[in-house]
Amino acid sequence: MKKLVLSLVLLCVYAFAETPQAVAIRNAKIVTVSGPVIGKGTVVVRNGLIEAVGDNVPVPADAWVVEGEGLTVYPGLIDALSTVGIPGAAPAAAAATTGRGGGRGQTTTTTPAAPAGAAATVERARGPEDRPSTTSWLVAAGELQANDRRIETVRSAGFTTAVTFPTRGIFAGQGSVIDLLSGEKAGGMVLVPSVGQYISLSRGGGGGGGGGGGGGFPSALMGYISYIRQIYLDAAHYKLVKDVYAKDPRGMQRPEYDRALEGVLESKRILLPANRLVEIDRMLRFAAELKQPAILYGARESYRPEAADLLKKAGAPVLVSMRWPEPQRDANPDDVDSFRTLETRDKAASAPAMLKKAGVKFALYSDGLDQPRDLQRAVKKAIDAGLSREDAIRALTLSPAEIYQVQDRVGSIEKGKIGNLLVTRGDIFDDRTKVEMIFVDGRKYTPAPDTAAPGGRGAVTDDPGGNR
Amino acid sequence: MTRTFLAALIALAPLSAQTIVIQNATVMTVSKGTIKGSIVLKDGKIAEVGEKVMVPTGATIIDASGQYVIPGIIDCHSHIAADGGINESSVSVSSMVNIRDVINPEDISIYRALAGGVTTANILHGSANSIGGCTLPLKMRWGKDAQGMIFEGAMPGIKFALGENPKRAGNPQGGRGAATPVQARYPATRMGVEDTIREAFNEAKTYKADWDAYNAKVARGEHPIPPRIDLKLEPLKEVLEGKRYVHSHCYRADEILMLLRVADDYGFKIRTFQHVLEGYKVAKEIAAHGAGASTFSDWWSYKVEAFDAIPYNAAIMTKKGVVVSLNSDDAELMRHLNSEAGKAMKYGGMSETEALAMVTLNPARQLGIDNRVGSIEAGKDGDLVIYDKFPLSDYAKVQKVLIDGTVYFDRDKEVSGRAAKQGEKQKLIDKEKQQRQQPQRRPAGPGGQAQ
Repeated sequence: MKKLVLSLVLLCVYAFAETPQAVAIRNAKIVTVSGPVIGKGTVVVRNGLIEAVGDNVPVPADAWVVEGEGLTVYPGLIDALSTVGIPGAAPAAAAATTGRGGGRGQTTTTTPAAPAGAAATVERARGPEDRPSTTSWLVAAGELQANDRRIETVRSAGFTTAVTFPTRGIFAGQGSVIDLLSGEKAGGMVLVPSVGQYISLSRGGGGGGGGGGGGGFPSALMGYISYIRQIYLDAAHYKLVKDVYAKDPRGMQRPEYDRALEGVLESKRILLPANRLVEIDRMLRFAAELKQPAILYGARESYRPEAADLLKKAGAPVLVSMRWPEPQRDANPDDVDSFRTLETRDKAASAPAMLKKAGVKFALYSDGLDQPRDLQRAVKKAIDAGLSREDAIRALTLSPAEIYQVQDRVGSIEKGKIGNLLVTRGDIFDDRTKVEMIFVDGRKYTPAPDTAAPGGRGAVTDDPGGNR
Repeated sequence: MTRTFLAALIALAPLSAQTIVIQNATVMTVSKGTIKGSIVLKDGKIAEVGEKVMVPTGATIIDASGQYVIPGIIDCHSHIAADGGINESSVSVSSMVNIRDVINPEDISIYRALAGGVTTANILHGSANSIGGCTLPLKMRWGKDAQGMIFEGAMPGIKFALGENPKRAGNPQGGRGAATPVQARYPATRMGVEDTIREAFNEAKTYKADWDAYNAKVARGEHPIPPRIDLKLEPLKEVLEGKRYVHSHCYRADEILMLLRVADDYGFKIRTFQHVLEGYKVAKEIAAHGAGASTFSDWWSYKVEAFDAIPYNAAIMTKKGVVVSLNSDDAELMRHLNSEAGKAMKYGGMSETEALAMVTLNPARQLGIDNRVGSIEAGKDGDLVIYDKFPLSDYAKVQKVLIDGTVYFDRDKEVSGRAAKQGEKQKLIDKEKQQRQQPQRRPAGPGGQAQ
């Protein structure tokens, strides 16, 4: 019986795998990221895991061989903050509140419907007790749409892994680390189901924060902050009462179940938005006050030494949006931007180099740029602004893996890690480089022809500064 | 531009550690008359004021011959330096929000206020709610971070508002001419405004009783489950305990009396009435309650409830025993509060000192910080403004502003630095233009970012 099951399982593997059990890429340049670059070596992937890597690794007899002459093998890229696979989460969310271009050329899923249970609150909230724009209990892994067409688009740009989040609302939900597989059940894609709570300081396409307060509570930035503070106070109290009740429920009124607080208590870290220096300072202090391990995202002004210093001191990791600021399209030519705005456009791409110099743990995220050329150009801009190529690739592989504590399975080419590889002809960040093939869980994919809308899907994350 | 300033400030920073002597000035101390003499600043504080002072060795000398020195101006009603809106207008009681959370130390209005002689400003929540958000005074320490702006040790406040503003959101047709009518929010009448305040304090009293009972149990050595912390009621509990000042926006005499009655009923104090344009009608009652009044010199008739106003308001209230200050409520007006004070000499015949006190010592008393600022006396903070002419004149220009004994604004440096700053900005503009002209193919997509 056991044998029968085993052979059935094996049969299934054979039936669905696009590649045989073992693949060896030989005579290729291998950028392991965790160790030195191997000028000419071999990587063997078996059953979805890296079996061996080195300059003197024998090619197993049963392996398919890829002749790697002229090819470079990188660890699969990790998008540190994404919405891929989350139904209805894509473009308009951010665009609606920031007025940025978005929603053009959507390559997204066709169902814009909010996930079941997402409290798309029509009723205006009258205070924190109404838990406005809160779906903290949603877990990306539980919402995944395996047939999201963006999976292929993003993968074609070299990403094998994404940390994908529900992003709508103040407590939008918990993100998951997923491998970008196609034709797989959603469950098969998940590496870690819950890595943290996505918090935004806007409603993300919800009620809107109109000046008249028509959208309900909260409407001003300080309202958002006070709401988040109240939630954490409530969560602490909730836990306390629940624990007392669990110890001895006799003679005690039962505490009311609160899914918003359950979701918050489940989250092991929080993601907070911060672009300007002032916001970085504010959010670092806020995270400390809430006693939550935090990751900041956005980080546009982290090119400023003061910002990098603050981040270093706080020891907080940062996700830097690769959507570098650009002049507003169709702006009135007579309007002159402020010095700070001009400076930010000039210097934003130097943020990664500044963070590296300051010793801050950082990762880059695509922020909706998913056409390979746009991504290459965005990374190139950071390299031109002083980031080394090694650090650039690290910020898209091992660093995000470390930030989310999955560096024991992805982020570098090491024996025993998941077989996520990116194979290119030429250096990955050069303009003419072509992605040759991508391995996810050891399965080989070839990049789809460029179909993504140029410029991507519109920003994934909200700009809290746009909320003024 | 800011960067140059930061650089300038860093260059100036050592001055704070230094001892400064301002010499040969006409010193309007506000509390102790006007003298010709000198001021010694040491460790951020005023060490000595007098016609003759001992000049410590190594002190930096500022020669203020022919110039005037006054205490730093204090604005009791301002909305600058706050990010993301000053009104949490969605609810009629928004005491859970706090200006402290959204301080923006890079707001250029801070620098401009500083250039107008303001050294301290009470940053208030807006007036959209019967009970608004928590507030606090800031020092205009341009170049410092958000925490560095906070007037350390000052009593925090809370904003109340009466009349048209808080009831406006209750009227779906009203509300700032919104294209789509917003959902109505209680209250829609003055009666409703009073009701929301009373209801909130009813809740706060229960809340306070719960906590008092809890604390009593803890004191007895028991281990009860603490009540839930409610950020909306916490500040109101503090008001009941006298740990937070109430600053209430108001115009009409009837609503002023209403709030005094409510405060008496619930046993708390109104610290200041703001705007208070009809204060002259009920000055005796305001004085009897012990409330201060912070008003405009001559700004009114911008809405129905603000019509019955007179320029003698400040003088009449002062004569009836109310501590009166003149405020700005506006980033522009904030830059010339000295001439606002001057108007009180014309209307109401106040003395120079009385007039000046309305933008220095009186607001300091209203904010409970008069032990630190508001007049030029030994032991107080080194917050000073140097004018080239008689400071209550429209022609007076601010030459230097010091906070905590540090020069934060210097007119000469500002004027001489402008060309460099403009040049730096032009360089960035030119660079961007050049990049745009290069035939570099940009993605045609919506990559642009709203700035």
